Amino acid sequence: MPMKIAKLTFALLTILFLVAPLIAILPLAFTSSVILTYPIPSWSLRWFEELFFADAWRRAIINSLIIGTGTTLLATVLGTAASLGLRNRLFFFRGSMRTLFLLPMVVPAVVLGVGMQVLLARFGLINSYAGVIIAHTVVAIPFVVVSVTGALAGIDERVELAAQSLGAAPVTVFRRVTLPLAMPGVLSGAVLAFATSLDEVVLTLFVAGPNQRTLARQMFSSIRENISPAIAAAAFLFIAATILIGLVVVLSRSMLERRTRPAAS
Amino acid sequence: MSGSSSRMGRSLLLLAPLFLFLMGFFVWPLFSMMSQAVSDPAVLRLLPRTAEIMGDWDRESPPSMPMQTALMEDLKAVDDDQALGDMVRRLNSARSGFRTLMSKTTSALGDAASPPPDLVSIDKRWEKPEFWIAIADALSPLTDRNLLAAVDLGRNSAGAIEHLPADQSVNRVILVRTFWIAALVTFFCACIGFPYAIIAASLTGWKRDLMLAAVLLPLWTSLLVRTAAWFILLQEQGLINDFLRAIGLIDAPLALIFNRTGVIIAMTHVLLPFMVLPIYSVLITIPKNLMPAAASLGAPPIRAFLRVLLPLSLRGVASGGLLVFISAIGYYITPALIGGPGDQMISSIIAFYATGSANWGMAGALGMVLLVATLLLYSVYARLSSDEPGRR
Repeated sequence: MPMKIAKLTFALLTILFLVAPLIAILPLAFTSSVILTYPIPSWSLRWFEELFFADAWRRAIINSLIIGTGTTLLATVLGTAASLGLRNRLFFFRGSMRTLFLLPMVVPAVVLGVGMQVLLARFGLINSYAGVIIAHTVVAIPFVVVSVTGALAGIDERVELAAQSLGAAPVTVFRRVTLPLAMPGVLSGAVLAFATSLDEVVLTLFVAGPNQRTLARQMFSSIRENISPAIAAAAFLFIAATILIGLVVVLSRSMLERRTRPAAS
Repeated sequence: MSGSSSRMGRSLLLLAPLFLFLMGFFVWPLFSMMSQAVSDPAVLRLLPRTAEIMGDWDRESPPSMPMQTALMEDLKAVDDDQALGDMVRRLNSARSGFRTLMSKTTSALGDAASPPPDLVSIDKRWEKPEFWIAIADALSPLTDRNLLAAVDLGRNSAGAIEHLPADQSVNRVILVRTFWIAALVTFFCACIGFPYAIIAASLTGWKRDLMLAAVLLPLWTSLLVRTAAWFILLQEQGLINDFLRAIGLIDAPLALIFNRTGVIIAMTHVLLPFMVLPIYSVLITIPKNLMPAAASLGAPPIRAFLRVLLPLSLRGVASGGLLVFISAIGYYITPALIGGPGDQMISSIIAFYATGSANWGMAGALGMVLLVATLLLYSVYARLSSDEPGRR
C-alpha cells in the first residue's frame, strides 16, 4: 500500500511539474499591472490591446502570419511530393533520402543559422521574407515528411490497384484515391509546419531583418530586454492556438485510423 | 517492364524538388559554415604582390627591399576600408601591435608630399622578422587556426601545435560546461522520466491518458512560452519564492533565475517529454505477465525490477537519454533567457561570434565541433532505434 501511495504522489508531482508552469502564466495575461508578478491587482485586457494595437507587436503578428503561411505552403508541397516519391520501394537511395529529409530536425539551430546567414547574404536574400520562409521551411520539412509518409504507409495498395484495374489513369488514381486517403496526414503535416514556423526563433535571429520580426522573435527580445505582461498575453494566444492545433491533429489522426482500419482487417 | 521504369521516373521527379531544396538551403549552408572555419582570405585578398614575393623568404633574414616595396604597393592600392580593417584585425590577432603599426604605415603612405622610401623609415618595427612572419602565415588561403582555437590550441612561432595560454583558454571551459549541463539535464530527465513512464505503462484507461497528456501538452507548447513561464515562476518575486516564503521555509528569496539552477530546472522541463515517450513506447511492448511471473518464482520486487524490467527497458532509456542529450548540447534560447553569463553554452558563444563580433571563422569552427558531436550521437541513436523490430 505505501508503494501505491508513493507511486501516486510521484505521478501527481511530475504532472504538476509538467503542466503547472503553463497554467501559471495564463492569468497574468489579464493583469492590469505593468509588472509580470503575482498577486494580480485587478483584471484588465490592456495587454491584449497592447498586443493587437502597439506597432511592434501588431507587425510581429502580421509577419508571423505571412511567414507561417509561406512556410506551410512550401513545406507541405515539397514534403508531400517527396513522401509520395519515397513510396517506391525499388528506389535505391530511399533510406539515405529519408535520412536527409529528417536531418534538419537534428542539426542544432544555431549551427544552421550561421550557415544560412552566410549563404543567404551571398544570394541577397538576407533580411527578406523569402529568406525567412526558406529558413523556416528547412526546419518544417521533417514534420511534413514524417506525417505524410505515416499516412501513406497506412494506405492499402490494393485499393489503388483496384482503381487502376478498373481503368483509371495514374493521375485519376492519385487524385481520386491516394490523395484523399493521405489527406489527414497532409493536413496534420501542414499544421505542424505552421506551428514550427510560428515558434522558430534561432534561425529568425540570424536571417531576418527588423522588418521581418516574427511574434516569437519579438517575445524573445522582450523577455530579454523589457519584460512586460504582453508576453503573458502572447503566451495565452500561443497556448490557445496549441490546444486548437492539438485538437486538429488528434481529430485528423482518428479520421485516418477510422479510414484505414476497415481496409486493414 | 516499362511500367516499373516509368514509376521510377515518377518517384525521381517527385523527390527531386525537395532534394534540390535541401541541398541548396540545408547542406550548402552547413558546408559554407564549415568553409568559413578553414578559409582565411582577409590578408591574401589585399596583398597579392606581397604574397608572390614572400614565397621565397626564409622567415629569418630581415625583410628585403622588394618585399617592402611590394607591401607598400599593395597597401597603397587598398581602397576598401572595411577589408583593410578585416586584414588588420586578422594580423593583430596573430601578433599584437599590428593595429598601431598599420595605421601609422597607411597614414604615412597616404602622404603624397613626401613619399617614404621604404617601410623601415616609417617605423622601425618593420625591420623585425616577427611582423613579417605574421603576414607570411596569414597569406595562406586555408587555415587550421580557428579549428585549433575552438579547442584552445594554437601554433607557436615555430608552427608546432600547443595549448593556448590560460587567459585565452575560454572555449574548452565552455565545451566542458555544455556537456556537463547536458549530462545533468539528461540525468534528471532519466530520474523523473523512467519511473514516470513505468507508472504510465502500468496504468490503463483515463489514468494513462492523463499521464500521457501531461507529457504531450508541454511538448506541443511553444518553447518560448515555456521559457517565459519559467521566467515568471523562478524570478525573485516569482511563484516559487512566494510559496516557499508563505509556508515559512525561507526568509529571503532564493536566487533561482540567471544561474545554473534555473537553467537545469527549465531545460529538464522542456526535454522531459523526449525521455518519457521513447521509454514508454518500449515499455508497452513488454508483456505484462513477466513481472508477476518473476514474483511467483520468488523474486522480491527490487530483484524482479533489476533482472526483468530494467534490462528489457534499457534500450528505451538509452534512446531517450541520447535524444535529450543531443537536444541539450545545441540549446540556445533557454540558457540565453534563464541563465547568467556563467551558464552560456556553446550555441550562445557561436551566436556571439557570428552576430556580436562578426568573427565568422570562430563561429564556423565552434559550429563544426557542435555539428560533429551532434551527428555522431545521432548516428548512435539511429542505430539504437532501428534495431527495434529485429530484436523481438
